[in-house]
Amino acid sequence: MTQFQVLLFASYADAFGASAVTVSLPEPATVADVVRALRDLPGGATLPFAPLVAVDRRYTPGAVPIVAGQEIAVIPPVAGG
Amino acid sequence: MIRTAIVDVPIAPAALLAAVTSAATGATTLFLGTVRDINEGRAVTGIEYSAYTAMATEELQRVADEAAARFDGIRVAVEHRTGTLQLGDVSVAIAVAHARRTPAMDAQRFIIEELKRRVPIWKREHYVEGDWHWVDPTAPAPAVECAP
Repeated sequence: MTQFQVLLFASYADAFGASAVTVSLPEPATVADVVRALRDLPGGATLPFAPLVAVDRRYTPGAVPIVAGQEIAVIPPVAGG
Repeated sequence: MIRTAIVDVPIAPAALLAAVTSAATGATTLFLGTVRDINEGRAVTGIEYSAYTAMATEELQRVADEAAARFDGIRVAVEHRTGTLQLGDVSVAIAVAHARRTPAMDAQRFIIEELKRRVPIWKREHYVEGDWHWVDPTAPAPAVECAP
């Protein structure tokens, strides 16, 4: 199992009660696997069906593989401006 | 000249204008987003802007770079502020200059629309009743009550 730290912001940070959480996944793992693991954590049920995820600060589709050490973040609906 | 930043201090629009104008630019636009007193029928007292700063910095730069690729010759300065803002405070400023007005105006529109769609910034709106909520532009519009 590999540990992946996931950054959380705004409403998602409120829902999980943390600005980052760690999930354990067998490799190879994908972005979608991270989202599935997050749903099992307290607060995870509030995530939408397909939340936006960024890997190394770029939006990344669910099927993309991830490796340990990458910067993973789940992005709530953005509201800049 | 492309300059973008996420800042946590008040934005100085005049500095952005000065950065983009030159002897070769005949048209300069300035867009300011400011905190409004009413949103979706509720009286607002202020907005807390937060960001995934590392990604927002990069994504805002990508937006500006894409604008420069689409509208050849533009000069751009964009700043988005984070932190607690009061009514009337400037949350975002976009200055664009070009030899001609059409590319300047079109590029400005492109930048604000892409910024709002992609750059990871969030706002927590505070209301006169003392409550607050995270603004979610993807949420369905609130139901409108119709008189019988």
